[in-house]
Amino acid sequence: MRIEKDVIYILLATLFLMVAIPWAVGQMSEEIFFEWPFFFEVAIGGLLAGVMYSLVALGFVLIFKASGVFNFAQGAMVLFSALTLVGLNEMGLPMWLAIIATLLVMLVLAFVIERVVLRPLVSQEHIILFMATIGITYFLDGFGQTLWGSEVKILDLGIPSNPGFYFDGKILINDFDLVAALIAGILVITLAIFFQYTRIGRALRAVADDHQAALSVGIPLKHIWVVVWAVAGIVALVAGIMWGSKLGVQFSLALIALKALPVLILGGFTSVPGAIIGGLIIGAGEKLAEVFVAPLIGGGIEDWFAYMLALAFLVFRPQGLFGEKIIERV
Amino acid sequence: MLYREAGEFKSTYQADQAILTIRQDRWFMWALLAVAFVVVPLVSSQYWLSTIMLPFLILALAALGLNVLTGYAGQLSLGTGGFMATGAFAAYKLATAFPELHIIVVILMSGAITAGVGILFGIPSLRIKGFYLAVATLASQFFLIWMFNKFGWFTNYSASGVISAPPMSVFGDNFVTGAYATAEAKYLFTLTLVVFFALMTKNLVRSNIGREWMAVRDMDIAAEIIGIKMLPTKLKAFAYSSFLCGIAGALWAFVYTGSVEPLAFDVNRSFQILFMIIIGGLGSIMGAFLGAAFIVLLPIFLSNAPHWFGLNIAVDVISHIEAMVFGALIIFFLIVEPHGLARLWQLLKEKLRLWPFPY
Repeated sequence: MRIEKDVIYILLATLFLMVAIPWAVGQMSEEIFFEWPFFFEVAIGGLLAGVMYSLVALGFVLIFKASGVFNFAQGAMVLFSALTLVGLNEMGLPMWLAIIATLLVMLVLAFVIERVVLRPLVSQEHIILFMATIGITYFLDGFGQTLWGSEVKILDLGIPSNPGFYFDGKILINDFDLVAALIAGILVITLAIFFQYTRIGRALRAVADDHQAALSVGIPLKHIWVVVWAVAGIVALVAGIMWGSKLGVQFSLALIALKALPVLILGGFTSVPGAIIGGLIIGAGEKLAEVFVAPLIGGGIEDWFAYMLALAFLVFRPQGLFGEKIIERV
Repeated sequence: MLYREAGEFKSTYQADQAILTIRQDRWFMWALLAVAFVVVPLVSSQYWLSTIMLPFLILALAALGLNVLTGYAGQLSLGTGGFMATGAFAAYKLATAFPELHIIVVILMSGAITAGVGILFGIPSLRIKGFYLAVATLASQFFLIWMFNKFGWFTNYSASGVISAPPMSVFGDNFVTGAYATAEAKYLFTLTLVVFFALMTKNLVRSNIGREWMAVRDMDIAAEIIGIKMLPTKLKAFAYSSFLCGIAGALWAFVYTGSVEPLAFDVNRSFQILFMIIIGGLGSIMGAFLGAAFIVLLPIFLSNAPHWFGLNIAVDVISHIEAMVFGALIIFFLIVEPHGLARLWQLLKEKLRLWPFPY
């Protein structure tokens, strides 16, 4: 991947502003408490939270890259996989077996979606496919909750969740977040290797590049779509496990999709590294703003701040930081 | 055989430029209006008028607004709910700050204020396109709702954050808001406004402005090259669309519910209205109405259907199954007719021209 010069400038400027604004606000305002260890604690907490957003955004990127479909159902898939996992576990399956069974369910789901929804809609306009995925969202939300009930369930995988103190006890970081970041990192590296070095990965990239050309050199589009939705399903399961053990498995997991969207547009719809870096920027920016700026304007800004931040980046780079340059011809 | 343009000669430019050029179409439209204005209020119960016809009309107006932006000007937006909220709160502030203002003035002015907000949030559309823009418009949605929740000034510092419409009348004792308003008055008032704005929109999209919007929708680079200025064209679309959405929001808060909280206009409302224009048909006035009717009636039908079949299911399970069926039906409709109900209507009319002969 070639990184353009202005992306580097934007990243440097972002970094500078993220340090400078909290510092400046801390100097000027009496209400805001600012100290360097505290600043780093907030920033690291934000970065780790951002990794969790990236997990959800990754699923969007995979599907958009391979099929040009803006898959709104990713959040619903996260909820559905987590519900299925917990439901199967409650039925008496041991956890490892439940995870394998859920993986199979996600594979079947990918197959069904391709067969029932995508194939009849092939070559329709993007907005129609987008709408269809919103339809899938409603269906999956309803289906999962009809099947497994809608009360809050606890998902415990034995991941440590004690707060840990680092750097001479000055900075407090939740161990759970560290584990989550580690898992996300492994997932991203695996996906990168999968895309770069395997036969299917190359086919996926070819399809992403040009459907028609890929078809004409003999890449079976149908199979590719099943594969990519299945991979997105697996990513959803990982996200479901992490978010589910953090918040409990409940309907609000589906709303995480709304948290992943700004990450997505900031990083670019077509870039896996973009999803990660976008997640880091959104996560850190959101936490820093919440702690150091929000008290001045009334608080509760987490609903919209990420969107405004992403919007500010889009003004400079309309395709997101790492998205493919949009070239338009008449 | 009965429905055809053969034998209808146009002898004036006016006749040539008419919205409905076929005589049977005109009769149908007059009949439809007569039914809507006279028959429906006479035969419908209070319940039907106030819980089905009113939200249908108001949401159809909002869908009309979004259809101008998305269907005609090609700018995908998910901020409709936020603009409706702006209209509702602007109307509330105007009506409470200037109690002597007439309700129509209040509603038009709240539409104008929303148009201003729409222009502000439309500015990024000059650089951001497609799904990037759709996600960016969510910023306006979340920001506006947050703003109305957060600052007490918008709700006149009411503790619950709920605004209630003061009683207002069109003339004399004909109250359309508040406790004394009858369902018939509310219905007729809303219907008149909706018909007026539908006609206005129809004429607007047939005009110079509408043609510019469609050129931008079809390919904005090409449109720019033939001399259409992007800035005013896109912002006009945002302004007019938000104007209609703002009026719909004001009507929703004042005429339909009477009191409303910002959450009534959350992101699900935006999706609901996007569904309407896609199910109804993008770039079609008729489509906005058909889609609104479909989306308003479907949940009512779905939640009553189990009773008709004598099934007894727990309430929460019903709501989940409802969501399931709703999602499945959306997908089904998209597969059967991706261009929406308006396209089906057109196909029907084409069939009707030959009827009763096979060809």
